[in-house]
Amino acid sequence: MAVLTTDPPRGVLLRVLPPSMYSGRSKAVMERTFLTYSHVWMLFVSGAFEPLFYLMAFQLGFGKLVGEVVGPGGQTMTYVAFVAPGLLAASAMNGAILDSTYNLFFKLKYAKLYDAMLATPIGPLDIALGEVGWSVLRGGIYSVTFLGVMTAMGLPGSWWAVLMIPAALLIAMAFSAVGIVLVTFLRSVSQFDYINLVLMPLFLFSTTFYPLSVYPEAIQWIVRIFPLYHGIELMRGLSVGVLSWSMAGNVAYLLALAAIGIYGASRRFGKLLLR
Amino acid sequence: MTTAETKASTGRVVSTWLGAWLRVEGYWMWYRRYWLSTLYSTGLQPVLFLAAMGLGFGSQVQAGAATGGFSYLEYVAPALLVAGGAQLAVGESSYPVLSGFKWQQSYVAVTASPITPGQVLGSQIIWVGIRLTLAGSIYAVIAALFGSWTSFGVLAVILIGTLTGIACGTPVMALAATTYDEGARFGLVFRFILIPMTLFSGTFFPIAELPVPLRWIAWLSPLWHGNEAARAVSLGTVGPLATLGHLAFLVVLAGVGWALAHKYFYRRLVV
Repeated sequence: MAVLTTDPPRGVLLRVLPPSMYSGRSKAVMERTFLTYSHVWMLFVSGAFEPLFYLMAFQLGFGKLVGEVVGPGGQTMTYVAFVAPGLLAASAMNGAILDSTYNLFFKLKYAKLYDAMLATPIGPLDIALGEVGWSVLRGGIYSVTFLGVMTAMGLPGSWWAVLMIPAALLIAMAFSAVGIVLVTFLRSVSQFDYINLVLMPLFLFSTTFYPLSVYPEAIQWIVRIFPLYHGIELMRGLSVGVLSWSMAGNVAYLLALAAIGIYGASRRFGKLLLR
Repeated sequence: MTTAETKASTGRVVSTWLGAWLRVEGYWMWYRRYWLSTLYSTGLQPVLFLAAMGLGFGSQVQAGAATGGFSYLEYVAPALLVAGGAQLAVGESSYPVLSGFKWQQSYVAVTASPITPGQVLGSQIIWVGIRLTLAGSIYAVIAALFGSWTSFGVLAVILIGTLTGIACGTPVMALAATTYDEGARFGLVFRFILIPMTLFSGTFFPIAELPVPLRWIAWLSPLWHGNEAARAVSLGTVGPLATLGHLAFLVVLAGVGWALAHKYFYRRLVV
């Protein structure tokens, strides 16, 4: 019989955080998710295909309707090369949100998974980090596939495009963390439509499919508030190799969102389950 | 036994249609309470697509041969109604139907009364049809404010959207009736059938742009037939004979799906 004999790691986090928030076991949460996915691996693999279908549709059809578009730095580029980085950012967001909303809601309300976890030395921050970590891992696998196909199609314009992978991980981290916080406020399955109500406008209007200049000035400022817009700006700049200082701002925006989300998620788990 | 006692009896078997409508009334009661949370799937989703693709993306498209000489907004508006209908119908025919068998078990409860599995299936299809017509009408009104319609053919487009939705929905209901696990296969249906169908069935661009080996996706998909018929009545870009052919395909598919679902509903609910 396995007995837990070693003391949990006592790092600086444990001294800073309120006791019992964190025990350094977020890896166990990720391992558990990995094991459950190994039973439905088809579903996991299929997630990589969705953005590829979109890419194919843009290559074959949409690209024929639109000639050239003005990209970062004022250069003209083919429509497919313009839209592909946007799709990569959007798929990082969608993948992260899917994992951190529908699946998390089920685990939270019906499977009572976190009740069980919190009865062990695992703390709320472990759960938050573990769930976000899994989303980042999954987003990473998908974005590597996507970038591979983009490269095979000859779309990236520079070596900076390699940095699109860490950018995708950052987007996945920010959205899954915020998604977890929001889903803890939902009460019933029928409220999942609200998630789509937020997600779809983000997907459609964050300059994924057309340049920001399409909008009137006032709406441009609203779009600049959207988190996905910052992800797409980052991706599009990296894809063609046009770097600017505003990209530091994009990164800072997403990092701040991720930090707030992870903190908020651990607080919500603690509030909901540790009473 | 006096007549008064006979009247008090509750074991009265209702007619086929009334039995199904009793269930529809049940769905309606639920909907009256929760309509707000389904607003996204009821009409708002295609409106968002119309704003993004019709206006935003459309601003980059020159009206030309590919769009039949119409503006991209006019070209894409009828197809987005039909595509939105297909999405709604497949969604409503998957997990909610499985839930009737498995989680909520409302189908099991209802068939313990004189209502038959066939009536349960019929009521589900009628209800999806009502949802589709409602969603299509809401979308049509908002799209009219965008200036998307060229004629009153839009009224027929709403009906075509409903028919296409039912043709997509009944086969999924048959699938749901044969699903015993947690429904992971619906995820695959969405990813490998619904999304490719939405992208490659002439919704956003003519299938003539596709290489010939890929066009069979469009020819087999109910959405392409719905899109063509919808464009025929709103823009007049397809001939009347072809339109009848498209509608016939949809009716046959809906019928085959219904028959299969009927068989599996009885298999699962009659012990």
